[in-house]
Amino acid sequence: MKIIENIFKFNGGVKAQTRKSISTKVGIQKIGIPKYLKIPLRQHIGNLPKLKVKEGDVVLKGQLIAEADGSVSAAIHAPTSGKIKSIEKILLPHPSGLPDYGVIIESDMKDKWIKKIPINWAKIGVEATIKALQNSGIVGLGGAAFPSHLKMGSKATKINTLIVNAAECEPYITCDDMVMRERSEDLINGIELVESLLGAKNTIIGIEDNKPEALSQLQFHTKSHKNISIKVVPTIYPSGDAKRLIFLINGIKIPKGKRSSEYGIQMFNVATIIAIYRYISFGEPSLSRITTISGNITKPQNYEVLFGTPLKALINQSGGQKIKNDNFIMGGPMMGFKLPSIDVPVTKAMNCVLGAEPEMIEDKKEPLPCIRCAKCAEACPVSLQPQELYWFSKSDQFEKAQEYKLFDCIECGCCSYVCPSNIPLVQFYRYAKSELISEFRAQEEADVARERNEFRIMRLERERQERAERNAKRRAQSSKEEKSKLIDEKRAAISAAMDRIKEYEKKK
Amino acid sequence: MLIAILVLILLALIIGLVLGFSSIKFKVKGDPIVEKIDAILPQTQCGQCSYPGCKPYAKAIASGEADINQCPPGGEDGVKALAELMGVEYKPLDESHGITKPKSVAFIDEDTCIGCTLCIQACPVDAILGAAKQMHTIIEKECTGCELCLPPCPVDCITMEVIEENAENWKWKYPVYSLSKKTAKVQ
Ligand code: SF4
Ligand code: SF4
Ligand code: SF4
Repeated sequence: MKIIENIFKFNGGVKAQTRKSISTKVGIQKIGIPKYLKIPLRQHIGNLPKLKVKEGDVVLKGQLIAEADGSVSAAIHAPTSGKIKSIEKILLPHPSGLPDYGVIIESDMKDKWIKKIPINWAKIGVEATIKALQNSGIVGLGGAAFPSHLKMGSKATKINTLIVNAAECEPYITCDDMVMRERSEDLINGIELVESLLGAKNTIIGIEDNKPEALSQLQFHTKSHKNISIKVVPTIYPSGDAKRLIFLINGIKIPKGKRSSEYGIQMFNVATIIAIYRYISFGEPSLSRITTISGNITKPQNYEVLFGTPLKALINQSGGQKIKNDNFIMGGPMMGFKLPSIDVPVTKAMNCVLGAEPEMIEDKKEPLPCIRCAKCAEACPVSLQPQELYWFSKSDQFEKAQEYKLFDCIECGCCSYVCPSNIPLVQFYRYAKSELISEFRAQEEADVARERNEFRIMRLERERQERAERNAKRRAQSSKEEKSKLIDEKRAAISAAMDRIKEYEKKK
Repeated sequence: MLIAILVLILLALIIGLVLGFSSIKFKVKGDPIVEKIDAILPQTQCGQCSYPGCKPYAKAIASGEADINQCPPGGEDGVKALAELMGVEYKPLDESHGITKPKSVAFIDEDTCIGCTLCIQACPVDAILGAAKQMHTIIEKECTGCELCLPPCPVDCITMEVIEENAENWKWKYPVYSLSKKTAKVQ
């Protein structure tokens, strides 16, 4: 273990109040098993998994209830034992507030495990292990919810360095911090495992300098590990963004549109590494996560929650809101979104829930016109021109916004944070991105329709030609037969006439 | 003098070869302006523009035979894009060709369907599956919502259903915020 000292600094970013200590006073606590668990099928980026159970089925804890559909997908398992009560549409913790398919489990309160089968990865080989990982249901637990097995298996690129994202830069969120304080041993075991699976030679843990307790735990547990180093990065939001953290750690700038794996680097979040370790070494699929509940909350803290647990259970257990305003934010104050309803279950992506502080409720802020102060441009860690993006998004000039690199925006919210006019800039970018994405999709559909239409026209033409050919052939054939028949008939007639003449001459 | 003539002849030969080669190698398939117009058209292939599909309409626009405002599925945005491409004045959609409707897909009531195959023959993108005397069904993903399968159905078992907003196609909305008195004064 060594601590790397040299620091690279990215452009922009903001030093926001971190407000983390309010939720780290007590250790991680468990939320009891609820009577009903609502488990949405859409909990990750990619295809919806295929349902493997039906109403009335009895399931055990850890049993597969939906299987990954294709490689960009993740499985879903029963978080506890019980009966499948129904399969219906349930509300998702999603900004849309729209319902989507899910499974409702009535728990039997026994929490009875299915037989856990650890994976002997050394025996079955790396490739088979990565394949098995697809059935683990593990997705990036930092909030992105990208299926983790996809980050493991890229034969084309060689991974040299594993970077563990322990920055946790977003204010209020402390779930990774608490995990490192309490489960560093699992983390280090996980790092060794993931390192071997990736074929990486060394690991760097990137951690912000505001987590001394977690850091000392890491230092203690990595003492005898020569290939694991720790890099303490300054507390500047968004240091935990993948590309920003890579730059902070080793000064490599990953260009836009490129992946870190092309540079021999792969990054995993702390909790994700532990989940991978639990799955491979103990056969425990992804059934729960640590979620921070903080902000305007009576008892802010971290809980280990089974997926599908009603969010309300979490809120009630932490004493509800201090100042009641019934507004809750999922994710942090910078990148999170207001939950349209709290009648939603805890999902794989739910790293944090905030009771909204009065100043977080947008309607309370008064947006003023843009004064072109360019504070936003200074703060943008991607070096974009947020004021221009705002202008184009606001006036629906999406192509222009795209020219100004709208899709490079990581929606970190630094620009909105510094804007003296209180303009909700990121909301405009989200709107513009959504519109463009739906345009792309419509274009794709149109291309498919064009192709299918062209194919149909070709098919009709081909069929017409084939029919014409058949007819022509038949015509040709029949006339040939007729001709030969005619000739035969004529020949017969001639020979008959000749015979008659012969007979006549004989008579004579 | 002779050298000059030879050099010129040689040059002419080389340039001729290069030009000939590149005209074969970089041949543009089809009529580029028709392709460009066709790329803007929504490919619903509904025929409301009074041409038998988007490509024929694109050709008609290119030849100046048709106006740019005859495609209802393309809507006002489509007309604007065409006006920009063709360098002509924008004009509102000609409603005699129909009005823009929200995107829908066709549904076959599979209990009523008698398997006559008439709808299959009408579908411009082969999005209907079925065989004679067998129940028919629509491949939702391929259906463009052109409505061409509705009239031929002898038992009226096909209906158009508007695609509802769901968790997958949901879009972030245009940000709205209330302007307070103070803000209003500044503006
Ligand atoms: S910070 Fe706000 S006011 Fe200043 S230029 Fe950016 S958008 Fe305009
Ligand atoms: S939200 Fe986008 S534009 Fe604003 S600072 Fe972050 S990356 Fe830059
Ligand atoms: S009206 Fe229908 S057929 Fe004509 S261009 Fe528009 S979508 Fe295509």
